[in-house]
Amino acid sequence: MTIEKKVNGSELSVALTGRLDTTTAPELESALKESMEGIKVLILDFAGLEYLSSAGLRVLLAAQKTMNKQGSMVIRNVNDTIQEVFEITGFADILTVE
Amino acid sequence: MKELTINAVIENIEQVTSFVDEQLEALDCPMKAQMQIDIAIDELFSNIAYYAYHPGVGPATVRVEVTREPLAVVITFIDHGVQYDPLDKKDPDIALSAEEREIGGLGIYMVKKSMDDISYEYKNGQNILRIKKKIGE
Repeated sequence: MTIEKKVNGSELSVALTGRLDTTTAPELESALKESMEGIKVLILDFAGLEYLSSAGLRVLLAAQKTMNKQGSMVIRNVNDTIQEVFEITGFADILTVE
Repeated sequence: MKELTINAVIENIEQVTSFVDEQLEALDCPMKAQMQIDIAIDELFSNIAYYAYHPGVGPATVRVEVTREPLAVVITFIDHGVQYDPLDKKDPDIALSAEEREIGGLGIYMVKKSMDDISYEYKNGQNILRIKKKIGE
């Protein structure tokens, strides 16, 4: 998985490419951790993301909880497989998917 | 039938996934089914890696079989670690808010929902977990 971060004032955009799974989820977790201070809008771009497993969901949930306190989080360009994972797990109701 | 026996460690998930994907591609498996299977491998093999031989390391065997009419793949995960039935667990409450949510049990729940069949047995000191996914029309 590759992680591309862009900070624009208090807006953080993170574009993911590849697979967000047990092996790669810790990379996203630390990438977010080091950049989320003072961020009011977090945008996750999933255009290049193939799929995610529950390890990925865990990181998304933690990010959502943080952003619930300090601003908002949106996820963009979600493919069918990932959308289905969100729906099956009830994450579709927790996350904001555009 | 093909099988791979490998140390059950997180670092080997990628190799297991490639091993299975290679066979799915030879069967012209639809992309979506392949990704669902890859997710299932991540969930099931990581469970073995984390818990079966903790705190040590031991082997796991991943076997891929193909059945016809309807075309389906059956993937079996075998380890001889601690007896553990992942199906003997209540499904998570998926209606809770972000603050109340817990991640435990979500992985196996996703596998249950995306596969056509899942079964577990403990036999001769081995955990045997089997998933089946139809990949034809």
